[in-house]
Amino acid sequence: MTSSDRVAVIGASMTQFGQREAWIQELLAEAGLDCLEDAGVDAGEVEHLYVSNMTSGEFEGMTGVMNALAHDIGALPAYTQRVDQTSSSGGAGIFAAWQSIASGASEMTLLVGGEKMTHTTTGESTDIIASITHPVEYKTGVTLPSFAGLTARHYLERFDAPRESLAKVASKNHKNGVDNPHAQFQKEVDEETILESPIIADPLRLYDFCPVTDGSAAMLFCPESVAKEYTDEYAIVSGVDGATDTHVVHEREDPTTMRGVVESGKGAYEMSGYGPDDIDVAELHDMFTILEFLQMEGLGFAEKGEAWELVEEGYTERDTGELPINTSGGLKSKGHPLGASGVAQGVEIYEQLVGEAGPRQVDADVGLCCNVGGFGNCVITTIMEAAR
Amino acid sequence: MTMEATRYADGTISYPGHPRSRAGAEPVGTIDLSEHTAEVVTWTTSTATPPGIREPNHLAIVEFDVSEDVDDGETSVRALVQLADGEAETGDEVEPVYTEELREPGAGIREPDSQDWDGYRFEPV
Repeated sequence: MTSSDRVAVIGASMTQFGQREAWIQELLAEAGLDCLEDAGVDAGEVEHLYVSNMTSGEFEGMTGVMNALAHDIGALPAYTQRVDQTSSSGGAGIFAAWQSIASGASEMTLLVGGEKMTHTTTGESTDIIASITHPVEYKTGVTLPSFAGLTARHYLERFDAPRESLAKVASKNHKNGVDNPHAQFQKEVDEETILESPIIADPLRLYDFCPVTDGSAAMLFCPESVAKEYTDEYAIVSGVDGATDTHVVHEREDPTTMRGVVESGKGAYEMSGYGPDDIDVAELHDMFTILEFLQMEGLGFAEKGEAWELVEEGYTERDTGELPINTSGGLKSKGHPLGASGVAQGVEIYEQLVGEAGPRQVDADVGLCCNVGGFGNCVITTIMEAAR
Repeated sequence: MTMEATRYADGTISYPGHPRSRAGAEPVGTIDLSEHTAEVVTWTTSTATPPGIREPNHLAIVEFDVSEDVDDGETSVRALVQLADGEAETGDEVEPVYTEELREPGAGIREPDSQDWDGYRFEPV
């Protein structure tokens, strides 16, 4: 890594998301090997290997997944580390991979994120995820979907936003997911169906939530000077930052502001030299539809309380909007295998920037992804640009 | 049983208490919220509840006015609570009623001995 080098992404992959027979070890190996093949890099060249994973121990009773992956793909004796930052483990993995290259500690870093979840019941999986909560929260039985219901009601009442605006987020992202062959759901869902689906956490209904998912995704990082030895088609990590909000969600001053989104966004914008108006495409963490509004506002794409209006106006539509959001289908349609989700966001932005997004392709030179852990507890924002 | 909020040297208040405030100030006292009523800020009814929790589960973020307990600094504090039923609306005044078990210990992933499980459900005043 020279002083003028930038951190490049030269390969990316994701497995089929959904209900998979494979367990975590196989899922990680599948994405990792596909990524190395995509980049034309031999596993023996990998110096650092990061695995983004939240709960392989809790879900499957398997720990040490980074060691297993290094052995399985032939990347020994690379330095390995598992990155857990709850649902933002993937974004945290991007930050860790960027650090490993930017610091000069590694010249080839593979990041693989994955999770195996669908063998558990919905109650079990929501309880495992809700185990991030403080004891006074946990004993109330609050779940992440419940936090979303509480926040959505507050947002709709405070900003006089129509319930239908949340349904538009879900229908848009399902529509985008139709063109993503790796998405868990590749079907459109109309607003009427969304608004009549069963209530999960009033006022939010079934289609306001992402599914439980198995899957894995991977990205390969190196200095730009090394990238040029392999390809002319690569992306640059222009800015990346992370931030943390209160552990106890109700202690936040404004329930509709995720400080981690705001602060990580500021850091990523500052590092990259770009601002909200420069972003051509974005992947936001739509684990719940309301989160797309909160991130649009926290990242400066919309004024406070006005994101719903932009969504209603079609501003975020893939083919006709000024700022396409969640061209991949988002977590909503693509699925949310916890540790993989932030990496999969990066995969989509990479593919958009190097022109490999197929029918989802938009005209983009600069892209952003925002990966949210917990209910905004930890957030990573990453900005990438096409190599010039 | 009490429901103790913590006051800090920088004038902030939190429920639950922490070893330091959000800005790093030391605790200087407590306020028992179980002696106060509160206003519903927002609420939800969850129909997909985790193990050991009633279904449906009525939850709210409520705000306590504690201005009579402090001389300066913050005068209100919020808490996430269970509601007794689904009757409360945003802006309603609610009061705490002690409940021996908000959630069945050991039914979920959390180690039963790692925390307490009793607390307060809130009813309309």
